[in-house]
Amino acid sequence: MKLTYLTVAATLVAGSAFAAEVGPKEVKYNDDTAIEMSLTGVAGDPEKGAVIMATKSKGNCVACHEISALSAAFQGNVGPMLDGAGDRWSVGELRGLVVNAKMMFEGSVMPSFYQVDGFTRPGNAYTGKAGQEPLAPLLSAQEIEDVVAFLATLKDE
Amino acid sequence: MKFKALTVAALTVAMPVMALAGPDDDKLVINGEIEIVTKAAAPAHMEETGIDTVMSGWHFRADETQALEMDDFDNPGMIFVDQAIDAWNMAEGSEGKSCASCHDDPSSMAGVRAVYPKWNEAAGEVRTLAMQVNDCRVNKMGADKWKYAGGDMASMEALISVQSRGMPVNVATDGPVKAVWEQGKELYYTRTGQLDLSCASCHEQNYGNMIRADHLSQGQINGFPTYRLKNAKLNTVHARFKGCIRDTRAETYSPGSAEFVALELYVASRGNGLSVEGPSVRN
Ligand code: HEC
Ligand code: HEC
Ligand code: HEC
Repeated sequence: MKLTYLTVAATLVAGSAFAAEVGPKEVKYNDDTAIEMSLTGVAGDPEKGAVIMATKSKGNCVACHEISALSAAFQGNVGPMLDGAGDRWSVGELRGLVVNAKMMFEGSVMPSFYQVDGFTRPGNAYTGKAGQEPLAPLLSAQEIEDVVAFLATLKDE
Repeated sequence: MKFKALTVAALTVAMPVMALAGPDDDKLVINGEIEIVTKAAAPAHMEETGIDTVMSGWHFRADETQALEMDDFDNPGMIFVDQAIDAWNMAEGSEGKSCASCHDDPSSMAGVRAVYPKWNEAAGEVRTLAMQVNDCRVNKMGADKWKYAGGDMASMEALISVQSRGMPVNVATDGPVKAVWEQGKELYYTRTGQLDLSCASCHEQNYGNMIRADHLSQGQINGFPTYRLKNAKLNTVHARFKGCIRDTRAETYSPGSAEFVALELYVASRGNGLSVEGPSVRN
């Protein structure tokens, strides 16, 4: 049987406890920059979010950002330091940034973590070989919620 | 509210962490005698980039890595130059000829590296050094081609580069190469892969910054082939391009492809004015 991407997504949604997962193609921005609604309806876990951000094969956010709360070695500075991000942005804006930072920052070099198609020469992960769109998003819906939950804790009291 | 990415980038420049980054001001003199121009005024065609100084990747490496390039006895890339001298003198192929049969001493190659990739009138194409070497092997020697980015080719490129060390890179950007150069420029600015990054995203907008543990350089190729400590061998320009594109989670091009030849010409032209430095040492 040949499954289309949508069928697979639908199956996944039906199989999860919350039938409300918002797929990469269904994300809705308010005012172009914020996504108010949770992608899963399940509260994000900030501790998992912290791990995802420091893990190379996951968010790898530390490649470009310094985050004092994370102990990962060699944090990069292509992007701004994320300390205080929870003060600067609402939860909806943080979700919007992780899903697709280009909505907020036109032309940003920050990758879109919940995008599955529309790429130039999409590859099969880091193999250098061709990949077939739709690709799996860089982070799953719940992983994004976890990252957003962690970012929201980054406040400069 | 929408922001322009550049506005934020400009803000971050003002932050104190940036003081750690940036290229250093060291000087590169090889064997105490060959002065290498590692910073030069950017060529006119780069005016729109906002970059006024082009810099060798040497400036972005740690002191210990830099030191390895300052003396040929310490430069692990020179072992491959010695191997290539043997290949230079060895007859191969149906004509029973070696490179030396026609080109005498390798020193006859002085100045060659600096102007490649270059237009070949008879063939009506832009040729990289590797394409020219293979052309001689096949059509002048009756020998097999070397693998485009393989060890034999990298070593021969190193031998040919050494003859031009210290001479300024000076590849053509117009005349018959113009169309290929434009194609290379287009490729340089095309964002690829799931990470959606172009060469410019890293090497033009962010040189001097750290991407994880890597200090981003301008991605210049005046130092190629490069001996990398990471894989302990000589690396060709196209192998490096391939690795960088792969790291954007994209489908790469192949070494020797028309796309990489065009990209090589364009990237080489961004280093016009820097000295030929190969074989260089990088991490
Ligand atoms: C390739 C580099 C890169 C990666 C990887 C990256 N970012 Fe970014 N990020 C940027 C840049 C650059 C900006 C600044 C906006 C601009 O100018 O484009 C930014 C901006 C942000 C901002 C808003 C800045 C602020 O005020 O705090 C947040 C939040 C953010 N990124 C979170 C993340 C998270 C979370 C991840 C990982 C899931 C991540 N980034 C991965 C480059 C990156
Ligand atoms: C039978 C003679 C012959 C042999 C053998 C030969 N070449 Fe050549 N080579 C030539 C000629 C003639 C040219 C001039 C240009 C042309 O053909 O387009 C040339 C050009 C070149 C050039 C370009 C020089 C320039 O100024 O642009 C390089 C580099 C080169 N050869 C390298 C090699 C190497 C390396 C070998 C051995 C693997 C080799 N050649 C073997 C005849 C030879
Ligand atoms: C995600 C960021 C990134 C992108 C995109 C990227 N590179 Fe690189 N590149 C690197 C890193 C990291 C290094 C190693 C450190 C350095 O020299 O910048 C490197 C090294 C290089 C070098 C070696 C420089 C030297 O002095 O030895 C060249 C050449 C190069 N890149 C060319 C390119 C080209 C051409 C492209 C576009 C096809 C490209 N890169 C895209 C990150 C990138």
